[in-house]
Amino acid sequence: MTTKLFGEPVQRREDPRLLTGQGRYLDDLGQTALAAAFVRSPHAHARIKDIDVSGALAVEGLVAIYTWEDLPGRAGQPLPLLIPHPALTHGRTAYPLAKDIVRHVGEPVVMVVARDRYLAEDACALITVEYEFLKPVVGVEEALRSGTLVHEDVPGNVGAHLVQEVPSADGRGAAEAIEAAPHTLSFRLDIERSASMPLEGRGVYARWDADDRSLRVYTSTQSSTSVRMAVAATLGIPLPKVEVIAPDVGGGFGVKIMHPWPEEILVPWAAITLGREVKWAEDRREHFIASAHERAQVQHVNVGFDDQGRILGLDVTILHDHGAYTPYGIIVPIITSTQLLGPYRVGAYRVEFSSIYTNTVIVTPYRGAGRPQGVFCMERTMDRIARHLGLDRADVRAANFIQPDQFPYDQGLIFQDGRPLIYDSGDYPETLRMLKELIGWDSFPERRAEAARQGRRLGIGLGCYVEGTGVGPYEGGHVQVTSDGRVHVSTGLTSQGQGHETVFAQIAATELGVPLERVSVVTGDTRRFGYAVGTFASRAAVMSGNAIALACRKVKEKALRIAADALEADPRDLSITDGVIHVTGDSRAAIPLATVAVLSNPLRYAFDEESRRATQFAGATPPDRPPVAEGDEPGLEGRDYYSPIRATFASGMHAAIVETDPDTAEVKILRYAVVHDCGKMINPLIVEGQIHGGVAQGVGGALYERMVYDEHGQLLNASFMDFLMPYATEVPHIETAHLETPSPLNPLGIKGAGEAGVIPVSAVIASAIEDAEGFPIDRMPLSPSELFDLRADHGA
Amino acid sequence: MHSITLVVNGVVREATVPARTLLSDCLRHHLGLTGTHVGCEHGVCGCCTVLLDGEPVRSCLTLAVTADGHEITTVEGLAGPDGEMSPVQRGFNECHGLQCGFCTPGFLCTATALLRDNPDPTDEEIVEGVAGNLCRCTGYQNILKAVRRAGELIREEA
Ligand code: FES
Ligand code: FES
Repeated sequence: MTTKLFGEPVQRREDPRLLTGQGRYLDDLGQTALAAAFVRSPHAHARIKDIDVSGALAVEGLVAIYTWEDLPGRAGQPLPLLIPHPALTHGRTAYPLAKDIVRHVGEPVVMVVARDRYLAEDACALITVEYEFLKPVVGVEEALRSGTLVHEDVPGNVGAHLVQEVPSADGRGAAEAIEAAPHTLSFRLDIERSASMPLEGRGVYARWDADDRSLRVYTSTQSSTSVRMAVAATLGIPLPKVEVIAPDVGGGFGVKIMHPWPEEILVPWAAITLGREVKWAEDRREHFIASAHERAQVQHVNVGFDDQGRILGLDVTILHDHGAYTPYGIIVPIITSTQLLGPYRVGAYRVEFSSIYTNTVIVTPYRGAGRPQGVFCMERTMDRIARHLGLDRADVRAANFIQPDQFPYDQGLIFQDGRPLIYDSGDYPETLRMLKELIGWDSFPERRAEAARQGRRLGIGLGCYVEGTGVGPYEGGHVQVTSDGRVHVSTGLTSQGQGHETVFAQIAATELGVPLERVSVVTGDTRRFGYAVGTFASRAAVMSGNAIALACRKVKEKALRIAADALEADPRDLSITDGVIHVTGDSRAAIPLATVAVLSNPLRYAFDEESRRATQFAGATPPDRPPVAEGDEPGLEGRDYYSPIRATFASGMHAAIVETDPDTAEVKILRYAVVHDCGKMINPLIVEGQIHGGVAQGVGGALYERMVYDEHGQLLNASFMDFLMPYATEVPHIETAHLETPSPLNPLGIKGAGEAGVIPVSAVIASAIEDAEGFPIDRMPLSPSELFDLRADHGA
Repeated sequence: MHSITLVVNGVVREATVPARTLLSDCLRHHLGLTGTHVGCEHGVCGCCTVLLDGEPVRSCLTLAVTADGHEITTVEGLAGPDGEMSPVQRGFNECHGLQCGFCTPGFLCTATALLRDNPDPTDEEIVEGVAGNLCRCTGYQNILKAVRRAGELIREEA
């Protein structure tokens, strides 16, 4: 049997558990815990005048009711601002329970704990909160225009303002370069709110051990280590006394990287205060109004270009809606403004964004995290240039590509990790060639003409992106071989369905030369690994994958050293196959890894037959040497970290053929093609799955999903009945092709694939609809009724 | 409080529940069968789908008391008595038909009923058959493939 598993389409190891109902998601735990529920603000902007809980006191099974006034010390302070940035001059975060003022519908005001969730909700319904209404601010332009402030001390509702400018090679600024260009265009683009919307909402379950004075928290999070630090700091518990575990998580897509949520502080605090286990599982309406959204931006574009469509100057102004608070900082607009450039080198670039407060749900990363908006902007620009010049859209893109011999390529900007935006590798012309071939770009005009003869309207579109993946600061891996020959791998970052138990096991099995079945992987459990950043930005495979590989190499080196002693061989002549270390070319001189694990730990006490070999009278170590050599450690285990100098850059290009109904303006995606470069693939089955899922979310964002707020700040479609996510009937068959340009930045050459699928979809669909309809598409999503109206506007 | 008797995965189970208890909550919290998931509590996502007398129903829209005396199959009851995964479960495993696994029990129950009634569905019938279930992870492509594969397995093993 081969142990070269890296790169193989191995079936997932988490599946048998999840397919038989043996998964353990947050609400599957703590069946006897008390249940928490929240009274949430029904108003977008109001002052709390009075909270009357008396009506709820008679509810049978009621255990406790808490308001802000009950929260002690730091628990009553505003939640942390996770990612400070000098440009975020007016960062504001919420209190765990509202103090005086509520700033969006859904903000938690009162926490109720009762015997079960039904009773807790009964009590919530009987609590009366009296509000004095304040004028709500909805929409970024309204926020800038109106005199009403979301936060009294934030003038103009502007939380942050950031300008980045890269002059052209001849030293011109963007404005000057555009001015001097032979052709110029200016236009505006509008992008709506959507949301991650995992099918499992958030949830927290806490147990306080009063005897041990220790806290265990389970939370449906993308970053258990960071929740642990926040809980320990906020509740004043020594860090070693707090454990945080992400159990099986039913999807994240970004929303669960935000932390600590108010509930992640309140539920553990209540568990400690009450001395009882407490659990809260979010319901769907809560998820709509009390978690996070993303995407909404207004973009103003000025571009100057030459006769070939080469961009000489690009100036983009972005108004970014970050909702009522900024706990996650300004990562999303930073990513939009830097990743906007995609695979292109532009003459001069200037980008400016304002990140703006509104009385709506907070905005934190959703898969793609600002990139879909940036790509929408750049790709709409490319299409407009092509249209203006009467050139092929693919040719205009090709004219602007960074060439394969120009890597590493410095875009001259500062990226989301605070480091220079330098692309590591890629081959954009080849990707485009593959895409054109896959979708049949050059033969499309015939297909369109053929369809037109039948009265059908077809269009083709494309979109290109570059995605900074695998951002730091670091991840770690721990690998232990136990005396039964099993390999136990752990890493601190979390899993939400990406198949980490499988891909990390593939890496470990390949590195150590052991069968896959012998490897087990634990993620997101601070009992096993305390140092981590989290799962976001397509970074898990790059960061933890490499850290685990490095830890395995340490283990292997030690194993070979011990085996060399035992076999009286040179470690350089040894290799490991199927969990057995052997001398190359001599099949009899061999020792199982299990035995090496035994020998690695000099013992006084035997605990089984095998372990007798390591005891002190067994002669395992020569009497003239210490049993554990200086600088060595007992046990066959290793820990290592991977901390890259900067991000890797995956890339890809998508194309679609759509049909628009001449009467109903319905849009049907006939074909969807993806060419994708995530460096070396660990498991192509899983990479493809990530792409499929991303494209489906992209289709939702392009055609269906939007958060509809009215002028009062009420979210009108806070249910799956009205917020339209694609079903199987809406997602086209996705055709994929892969290109592998290894990253030179990490030992495994991988780049990360988690977000790739979603990033260019809105741009691609807009491009195709524009091609079918013959007028510019300037917004996402685009519903049939909007397309219908646009036709009327353009007299089409 | 109401005493009800359900036959769940072939086993007679009794529960005492308030009248308003949802079947999903009864299965999950009273009977400890947490394989049935709740994604929306309003009948749209299909995560909570179980088989009631063999027919797929949304357990979040069903009151536990109305299931009194009926037979229910949940994801925990799909595998054979020896624990061998059913053809539908194996199809999903082979075709990478799940990522986070939260929607999966609903898809498995839906597909089980679909293929029981029609072991050789066309591609359109498969799409139609699972079009009432949401999945936020997979983009459905591998789910459709998994159902197709499950049909093959059922036919091979018939
Ligand atoms: S939970 Fe029942 S349909 Fe969504
Ligand atoms: S696998 Fe995650 S929702 Fe379907």
